[in-house]
Amino acid sequence: MSTGSLKAEAGIAGGDSAAGLPIAAAATVSRARTVWASWRGLVYQLAGIILAGLALLVWLLTADLSAIELRTLAPAALWVYTLEHLQLTLLAAVIVLVIAIPLGIALTRKPLRFLTAPVLAIANIGQAAPAVGVVVLLALWVGFSFWAATLSLVLYAVLPVLRNTMIGLDQVDARLVEAGRGMGMSATAVLFRVELPLAVPVMLSGVRTALVLLVGTAALATFINGGGLGILITTGVNLSLTTVLVTGALLVALLALLIDWVGRVVEHVARPKGL
Amino acid sequence: MSERNASTSPAPSAASTGITGASILLDHVTKRFPGQVHPAVDGLTMEIPAGKIVMFVGPSGCGKTTTLKMINRLIEPTEGRIVVDGDDVTEMNGDTLRRGIGYVIQAGGLFPHMTVATNIGIVPKMLGWDKARIAARVDELLELVSLDPALYRDRYPKELSGGQQQRVGVARALAADPPVLLMDEPFGAVDPITRLRLQDELLNIQDELQKTIVCVTHDFDEAVKLGDWIAIFNEGAQLEQYDTPERILGDPANEFVENFIGSGAGLKQLTLTRVEEVGLADAVIGNPGERAADVLARVAEAGHGHAVIVDDRHRPIQWLSRRKLGRLDLISAVPDPKLPVVGIRATLNDALDTMLVSSAGAALVTGRRDMFKGVIDVRTVMDAITRSQTAAVLESDKAPVGLNTGMFQAQASAAEAAEAELIGAESSSAQSSSAQSSSAQPIEADGSGADARAAQ
Repeated sequence: MSTGSLKAEAGIAGGDSAAGLPIAAAATVSRARTVWASWRGLVYQLAGIILAGLALLVWLLTADLSAIELRTLAPAALWVYTLEHLQLTLLAAVIVLVIAIPLGIALTRKPLRFLTAPVLAIANIGQAAPAVGVVVLLALWVGFSFWAATLSLVLYAVLPVLRNTMIGLDQVDARLVEAGRGMGMSATAVLFRVELPLAVPVMLSGVRTALVLLVGTAALATFINGGGLGILITTGVNLSLTTVLVTGALLVALLALLIDWVGRVVEHVARPKGL
Repeated sequence: MSERNASTSPAPSAASTGITGASILLDHVTKRFPGQVHPAVDGLTMEIPAGKIVMFVGPSGCGKTTTLKMINRLIEPTEGRIVVDGDDVTEMNGDTLRRGIGYVIQAGGLFPHMTVATNIGIVPKMLGWDKARIAARVDELLELVSLDPALYRDRYPKELSGGQQQRVGVARALAADPPVLLMDEPFGAVDPITRLRLQDELLNIQDELQKTIVCVTHDFDEAVKLGDWIAIFNEGAQLEQYDTPERILGDPANEFVENFIGSGAGLKQLTLTRVEEVGLADAVIGNPGERAADVLARVAEAGHGHAVIVDDRHRPIQWLSRRKLGRLDLISAVPDPKLPVVGIRATLNDALDTMLVSSAGAALVTGRRDMFKGVIDVRTVMDAITRSQTAAVLESDKAPVGLNTGMFQAQASAAEAAEAELIGAESSSAQSSSAQSSSAQPIEADGSGADARAAQ
């Protein structure tokens, strides 16, 4: 938020006395420039994703495709795979949020505070477990289906959200919590009006990480009949259809980048002012 | 309790004196933290008079902050009662209690994601004030702490300097007009010059509002400057001396207090005299936009060397010598950031500091809301030093009650010689009870005080 830092400099230059100088004019002049600066990265990312998508489209239209490839890569089929993929991702994401955020809050409250460190340690280890292993082992246990895929995705993506929720809440200055309580805010009021707003940036970046992980991991769902774009990759590998393989991989990658972009936009907009 | 005092009709007894504060009584208060051998606060009985500033000083870990936080029950006492304005608040809802007590911490403790106005409006909002009333109150408070509402109301804390943040912190604590203000090392995080100004301002505000202020500090000079009463604590919140700054400096109760005061007690007496107590010189006053020649004529007529330029709120913005006036055409409205300014409640020590730093040999004195009052020069300060050296320490007969009834001190003094503890109550603590009674000033015929004395 460079607008803020500009103002801050002006505030300090104004000195400690009450006689600060009006700085509104200078701030307005540079506002357009700073707004653009803060959005520039996001605009470039979106442009890159669109360009890559177009390049893929042009390549598919001009490539010399066999009958099987044409059938596998029919627009209608691709659309269905993509929707399935998104469905898996978003469903898992919603479940993850519903589980991880309340859990993260609970684990940083006083009665469970002693669990914060052990849970963070386990979360860090769990993050290192290979996704394919989790997916297949879980399928062996609960059966090969869409729901098994969802469950394994949830397990996998719960960790970053939980971790960032706890870290986000943990890094809120304890003195601010004390100031809140000292003013007569209840513990709940301090949580919702001080701790959570200040933890939002860290929490959202955890959610974004989880979403990107989910898009990538959802490609593995096809191993257990979970659907999604992963089928293009397995088909491509099994039948040595390079075009199908590459298309599947690229679509997953583009989807991940797109979701990452959406996450960044949300982070940018939802970041509390003044931080 | 808060609501009653915050309302427009203060108690009749307070109305006549202008005191809006409430008295506080800590009655045999003890705090034991789990897993600690000695209580952090041990049987402390202490009276904090309404409308006064009481400073808690002592080495770190002595329990002064714990004691402070027990007043608003951020820390719940293990034993004992807290009485605010005659009401026992030990059992009432803690959040409700705290809404009626202002609380200021180091660096203000402002919420970074809220604007200055939102920060200040938190408590009034919780008390259910309507928006217009909150907005009006925010502006009023910003004025009170010398920040221009139009300029600062919508800023975020990180857009403020440390001193400004601290001012907003004070404004926030005063938002619902609480009778009691608790401050936990409020000026610890700002630079020394800003600290002096903030201290002056706090005294000016206190002049206007007459709250009961309890302030923890580790800076003895700050305690001397701000305090009407100073409580010097030893480990276990053991009260070593609870008295006026004058008497603590002039007649320390024991060696601990002497050591705590440190060297230069004589020089510290300088901090006991305030600028308002010595004579101020008048000054020729000019306004921005005036012709410099007119002002120069007035300066010459008065036989002065300088003219003070004040803004529309009568705050000094420039201090121009004859030579400068001669060179100027019109007086500008640009404030001089290096103006040597001291508050009227500042100590002579601060005034001397300011003069030495500015090398002007004099300083401008400002009163409430930074309004110009007059000029103080080195000679005035020197005269006051000579006088204060000869001045006798005044006996104070209205000292509030303060004593410990816990056993911690007896244990601590007997730590090296365990048998001393076995000798028994009446003989063992000849030493410690003398220390205790020295800290207990003439006790008023107060039930709890009499109890405590009987317990000795």
